Amino acid sequence: MGERTLRGKTAVAGIGETTYYKHGQAPESEFKLALMAILAACEDAGIDPREIDGFSSYSNDRNDPSRLAAALGTKELRFSNMQWGGGGGGGSAAVGNASAAVAGGMADCVVVFRALAQGQFARFGRGPQVPTISGDLAMASPYGLLSPAQRFAMKMMRFMHDHGVRQEAQRAIAMASYHHAQNNPRAVMNGRPLDEEKYDNSRWIVEPFKLFDCCMENDGAAAMIIVPAERAKDLPHKPSYVLGVSSGSDHRCAAPSHNAPNYASSSFASVAPHLFEMAQVTPKDVDVVQSYENFTGGVLMSLVEHGFFAAEEANDFLKVDNLLAPTGKMPLNTSGGNLAECYMHGLELQLEAIRQIRGDSPNPVADVDVSIVCSGPMVTPVSSSIFGTEATL
Amino acid sequence: MSERAYYLDEGLPAPVPEADGLSKPYWEGLQNNEILVQRCDKCQNWQWGPEWMCHKCHSFDLTWTKVEGNGHIYSWERVWHPVHSALSNQGPYIVVLVELRDYGNIRMIGNLLGDPEQEVRIGAPVNAVLEHHKDNDPAFTLLQWQYS
Ligand SMILES: [Zn+2]
Repeated sequence: MGERTLRGKTAVAGIGETTYYKHGQAPESEFKLALMAILAACEDAGIDPREIDGFSSYSNDRNDPSRLAAALGTKELRFSNMQWGGGGGGGSAAVGNASAAVAGGMADCVVVFRALAQGQFARFGRGPQVPTISGDLAMASPYGLLSPAQRFAMKMMRFMHDHGVRQEAQRAIAMASYHHAQNNPRAVMNGRPLDEEKYDNSRWIVEPFKLFDCCMENDGAAAMIIVPAERAKDLPHKPSYVLGVSSGSDHRCAAPSHNAPNYASSSFASVAPHLFEMAQVTPKDVDVVQSYENFTGGVLMSLVEHGFFAAEEANDFLKVDNLLAPTGKMPLNTSGGNLAECYMHGLELQLEAIRQIRGDSPNPVADVDVSIVCSGPMVTPVSSSIFGTEATL
Repeated sequence: MSERAYYLDEGLPAPVPEADGLSKPYWEGLQNNEILVQRCDKCQNWQWGPEWMCHKCHSFDLTWTKVEGNGHIYSWERVWHPVHSALSNQGPYIVVLVELRDYGNIRMIGNLLGDPEQEVRIGAPVNAVLEHHKDNDPAFTLLQWQYS
């Protein structure tokens, strides 16, 4: 048996997305959006959509792979996979699952996709409007602890208390996303810059999260095509190889009623070391970072748990200048991410990680060899992925 | 402070046991002015929230055991933006996560009674206050907290 790793075994052949819309404003059905994104990714890859033989998604995407395969007229369906868990925690895992299928010979051309049209379905940020409630939610909802922001705020509050993290550290993360969105014509917040004063004057959603610490909700779809590494050289773009993927969470992360032993955490404490081990790189080797912003505090804890800086260094490290492309020490969320490009449940972050390797990001960082995505902090499972150029193999 | 019957405006979902009855003793206990949590007969592990099995030793023999309502604030949040129609006129409110150090450091969720804009101190001692919603259908009781 060979070494058990995904490193260098698969590549990203193409990426694509629809127009990104404010929530409820997509003129197309969610299923049609999914098809449009998949076709765009195939065109980018120079691959006939009929060649797709696998589908990989996450967060209970509603667009069934068999229906997609029938609509696309694919020759055959060999792999259809859903990563368990909500939020954006499965974004990188879906890339990993697709890569595992391709590397293991179960499929040859797998599309990772996510489509959301929330006007046609329920929004995430609303509490349950029901007369009674049971199970773990019953321990929280009657106390007004109802939404994702409310579910995660106490993790960040404890983290800030434990490590002396200040509000300005979260502000810098929000400002970096908004800054990058101003150069990105795809971004929903393009043309709507954010400065310190606007952030400071914005209302609290739930302490310690202000309005600009919270992600948008949007409509749209995105897709990414995974093929065997040996095919990459025949494709139109500079190849991006999957160097590593890791998913999960540490000991009893889902213990009921907020009883996770490692509570003040992004859930990456055990996941990140597996990622770097597989990718055979260290945090210092990473050239550009995409880190899922459900809430800026989650980004902050993700960066700490991926080893980019220590918790006690957060106030010093998280200065806006350090986070901006092209010259910052650690360019972060260079498309605008969930805060300011589009809340495509983090799949837009995977696309941006690939654009950075290719050099066609709206905010390109020079000479990117190693590009990382951290998906869905504070939920479980979370996941992260590292992509690299041919030079990293 | 106004004389409100309850900490939060009425109309949030009322807690009821699951179809399988896992948390039924807890909710019934609160209505009888008792805080009952799970303790393992075999290894004495305290466990919260309710589960069918002890996560330490895998015994299914868990006993609902009365605890005193003394804890310390482990974390907190102050909610400003309401996400439920029942809270449209509520204004800010505080949710606390309370650690029960005498009972295996289990944590329980509740509201911190008093001024919603008061200072909240992680580590501060709090004690339980049972908030009975007897007129609701179904009736239920919430476990709330106040500074000791
Ligand atoms: Zn036990």
